[in-house]
Amino acid sequence: MSYTLDQRQLDRIEEILKTELVDNGVRCVFLIDMAGNIVTNLDNGEKQHDIYSLAALAAGNFGAVSAMAKIIGENEFSLLFHKGTKENIHFNKITTEFLLITIFGNDISLGFLRLKVAESVDRLKKILEPLAASAS
Amino acid sequence: MAFINLKSKVIQVKIVYYGPGRGGKTTNLEYIYRRLQQRIQAEMVTIKTHGDRTLFFDFLPFDIGLINGYHIKIQIYTVPGQVKYNATRRLVLRGVDGVVFVADAMTVRREKNIQALRNLQENLAIYKKNLAALPLVMQYNKMDLAEQGIPLLGTEVLEHDLNRELRAPHFPASASRGTNVVATLKKIISLSVAAVRKEFL
Ligand SMILES: Nc1nc2c(ncn2[C@@H]2O[C@H](COP(=O)(O)OP(=O)(O)OP(=O)(O)O)[C@@H](O)[C@H]2O)c(=O)[nH]1
Ligand SMILES: [Mg+2]
Repeated sequence: MSYTLDQRQLDRIEEILKTELVDNGVRCVFLIDMAGNIVTNLDNGEKQHDIYSLAALAAGNFGAVSAMAKIIGENEFSLLFHKGTKENIHFNKITTEFLLITIFGNDISLGFLRLKVAESVDRLKKILEPLAASAS
Repeated sequence: MAFINLKSKVIQVKIVYYGPGRGGKTTNLEYIYRRLQQRIQAEMVTIKTHGDRTLFFDFLPFDIGLINGYHIKIQIYTVPGQVKYNATRRLVLRGVDGVVFVADAMTVRREKNIQALRNLQENLAIYKKNLAALPLVMQYNKMDLAEQGIPLLGTEVLEHDLNRELRAPHFPASASRGTNVVATLKKIISLSVAAVRKEFL
């Protein structure tokens, strides 16, 4: 099972990630699927990460935590947050197939970031939900 | 589940090395990483326990250039072969486009190979996938051990045990020496890319 996103869909996704997140101070944001593929990634130009490895590890990490949730009787943990000294990483599920990952510094409060991520997720769902229905 | 980005014209293809514990999956990737170092921009990612066993997965991304105007990005994963890590094997299989089954040719591992293949079929069924319909290459590894007089299963026995019905392309190999490691990889890439192309382009 494969899936495609066309230029118009990707332009809309990038516009959402840019205006909601990068323009608000997020260093790096990427949208991945649960197989570890990168759908799109944007950054503020400061730092280059090895995004393919990050995506593979993020998908695995999120999958592992979701499996843990099931074992303890939770349906899922829909978001995850890891705090570093300078960089923080935040994962938010969009649909069953897609995950939004943001990397941000301590100049942004977690509350503000969560708000912006939640707004982005609502907008991204409209584009990605039809796809998730067809992909398995 | 290959992802095709029509804007940047990139196709990401996921290939998983599967098989019994200690069969040589990680050794395959280590060899590929050494051989293709010029073409691999990223570091190989490995999540191991102390004893060098794979705990979660190994991961190696690389580009194979243009096909029909699309950049093909191959993402190779290995699973942890130990029986107790089935939950992580399942996670790694998610969205797989092609599988290399690395069997251990040592006679003492005969039953382990059969169990691992059955386990692969069960785990694919969770994603509503059928091994017979998926690009697959069989690799019969550790053939070099014959020189040390260690009893090995012959290719005919391995074919009978594992590949009688699937009839996938197969290679006798030595991952530690690099024999047929690249041939195995080339075969699974061409089968997987052809399958994605057939579905999409
Ligand atoms: N003689 C010989 N030894 C091999 C060969 N391939 C792998 N080995 C050895 O077998 C052992 C296990 O190899 P790994 O590549 O770690 O096996 P694996 O399939 O990744 O194992 P798990 O991560 O536990 O699933 C190591 O000691 C390797 O050096 C081979 O072709 N010939
Ligand atoms: Mg391994």
